[in-house]
Amino acid sequence: MKRRLFLKSAIAGSAVATVVGAGLLTPSMVFANTASFKSKSAKLSNTAAGAGAGSFKLKVPKIAENGAVVPITVDASKMSDVSSISVLVKNNDTQLAASFNLEGAQGFVSTRVKMSKTSPVTALVTAAGATTAVSKDVKVTIGGCGG
Amino acid sequence: MGKIKLKPKAIKGVISIKALVKHPMETGLRKKKGKLVPANHIVHMTVSHNGNKIVDADIGSAVSKNPYFKFKVPGAKGDTIALKYEDNNGKTGSANAESK
Repeated sequence: MKRRLFLKSAIAGSAVATVVGAGLLTPSMVFANTASFKSKSAKLSNTAAGAGAGSFKLKVPKIAENGAVVPITVDASKMSDVSSISVLVKNNDTQLAASFNLEGAQGFVSTRVKMSKTSPVTALVTAAGATTAVSKDVKVTIGGCGG
Repeated sequence: MGKIKLKPKAIKGVISIKALVKHPMETGLRKKKGKLVPANHIVHMTVSHNGNKIVDADIGSAVSKNPYFKFKVPGAKGDTIALKYEDNNGKTGSANAESK
């Protein structure tokens, strides 16, 4: 398995290098997410692992027929001082889907995300300095990330 | 480049902002005829209410094509809501709407 992965990444890497070398694309255009976004994603997924259970609502479908469009609603409008809401999809390449910093808005965000395969979806809510998480599994029958 | 639909509606002192941004949201991982489609997705978005920024969002490529967002903010009918976004190619888009 590891060997397979190594081969794959080696091939992908060299293909990208050729394209970049030819000056057709700048690196930022080739890679899906920027480095800063990726580091934020890693940081938030660590936070999610240690965060306590939240008292807000996370609304996701149990089964998503199309992984390209998975509606997600995070409703923390009953909590006060909500400063940020993040949505993480565990089995995606970059776990973080989107992160919203709220200033004055209610703790409510609804959006649609792509999922590559069946995975737990975690919502992180930071309210009054404390971060809490709620996680739910979403079953995906058709992937939405390239596939 | 993209079209934005922005529909704020005030109900009992709370404005629900519904926004639909037309954007391809390519992840840069998808292949078309064996070639990778270059990434083209929104990276940053802000929403403001009467000129005050209320939402500042970092968006990843995992957000769906033609992304839809919904936010809630305390406010009244007639307040102005503005949305701005920037994608990874530096293109920006914006929309303004008056709350109904």
